[in-house]
Amino acid sequence: MQLTNRAKVLEKKPMTLAERAYLPAIFQGLSITMRHFFMKKATIRYPEETRPFSPIFRGLHVLKRDEQGRERCTACGLCAVACPAEAITMVAGERKKGEEGLYREEKYAVSYEINMLRCIFCGLCEEACPKAAVYLQPDKMAPPRYERDEFIYGKDRLVEPVSPDARSIRGIQLTPEQAEALRSKLA
Amino acid sequence: MAKITFDGIEVEVPDGTTILNAARQIGGSIVPPAMCYYTPLKGSGGKCRACLVRVAAGSAKDPRPMPKLVASCVTPVQDGMIVENTTSEQVMDVRKGIVEMLLINHPLDCPVCDQAGECDLQNFAYEHGVSTTRYVEERRTFEKIDIGPLIQLHMTRCILCYRCVYTADQLTDKRVHGVLGRGDAAEIGTYIENIIDNDFSGNVIDVCPVGALTDKTFRFKQRVWFTKPVNAHRDCENEKCGGRVVLWYKGKDVLRVTARKDEYGEVKEWICNTCRFDKKETADWTIEGPAHIDRSSVISANHYELPVVNPQVIADLPESSIRDLEQNPPMKLGN
Repeated sequence: MQLTNRAKVLEKKPMTLAERAYLPAIFQGLSITMRHFFMKKATIRYPEETRPFSPIFRGLHVLKRDEQGRERCTACGLCAVACPAEAITMVAGERKKGEEGLYREEKYAVSYEINMLRCIFCGLCEEACPKAAVYLQPDKMAPPRYERDEFIYGKDRLVEPVSPDARSIRGIQLTPEQAEALRSKLA
Repeated sequence: MAKITFDGIEVEVPDGTTILNAARQIGGSIVPPAMCYYTPLKGSGGKCRACLVRVAAGSAKDPRPMPKLVASCVTPVQDGMIVENTTSEQVMDVRKGIVEMLLINHPLDCPVCDQAGECDLQNFAYEHGVSTTRYVEERRTFEKIDIGPLIQLHMTRCILCYRCVYTADQLTDKRVHGVLGRGDAAEIGTYIENIIDNDFSGNVIDVCPVGALTDKTFRFKQRVWFTKPVNAHRDCENEKCGGRVVLWYKGKDVLRVTARKDEYGEVKEWICNTCRFDKKETADWTIEGPAHIDRSSVISANHYELPVVNPQVIADLPESSIRDLEQNPPMKLGN
């Protein structure tokens, strides 16, 4: 049965001598393979190598602090409601007396988690934030890991680190090892 | 009966009805907003000026326009009255000014406030206000007072609508709180840090249009738009309480119990403190079904109700869904 009149009848011609000899075709194919060995590679060795980031790249989130080193986030939940992937969860808590140097508002995020596997890095959380607390960094990405639960970033990895000197001003003492680790992290 | 024209729509209402209630009989987007008027509370209204309208013709007998904008919640209708609300540029302009006035001393701490998402002032400002503030002076502050373990008072957020005072006056035998001071110094207080403790005192939380009076047991627990409202009832021992409430769920936990409200944010039935603060187990309640939330509200974000347009094709649709479908037919796409 013919459905259209565009069908072509395939003619099966007998192979020429060169084709029948088999080896020329093998060498032709291998030469293509060899040529590709010396061509510029399309891939890079991530994560050891990284590609240059665009200045407006939206990468790993950060929870910013204000000028006095207090956490800006007040757990208002606007980022979570704006998130199309529902990647953000948080638990709010009330600031106690004496914690005024740690949190800017009366309410703060006791826990703040972003699931980097759910996140689509659209930046809507950044746009929704009324306190200018959450930002997507233009130069960082979530590093590759083996376990899924390692991609759930809590406050320990999201909140902007404070330099050890600024911490001691606010009365938080670090051990020399902790201070050194923090300095190398900040550098 | 009096016949009035509201925004070009004719409506016939009994004599003595206020302009606001006449507009509410028409319904829809032409209804003026109200921050202090509250139908169940006698004597409320006339304070916030949010409901100002222009009366283009006073009555059929005397068709002169009223010289100034009038508060529609306290002005009774007269036969032949012509009222302009959304059709009058002057009214919309004045309303912007009212938003600014109300926000002069209101802190812009919505990210912290528990009322955010169901706040009348937030909605009012969003719909009628401008998105910037011209106010640079210091806002008024108050010394924090503790009014008991159940209710949290944030005096800075108060807009002095007097709703809570009327509630306490009309629902409870002995009112222990009121507005103290005059003018700029006016504040809600219990004078000698008296604890508000009455069976129906929790209703002041529901009537408060802003976050000045909030539920202390729900304080900072969850933003309202992450909770799911569910209608429920129980046989309450208190004969004045009907026991018909809305439970606000997060997962399996009842985080908060409130009275049911109508489309204008007014409580349909008062509930007692036992229902509101003590019964926070699903086992205490008979669940009726999801409460209807207006599509324009942020609470409806990620809140899926009435998924079916054609209930007949689903054999075992719960009765509550069928009832809800009849009352609130789902929106049709494309119009």
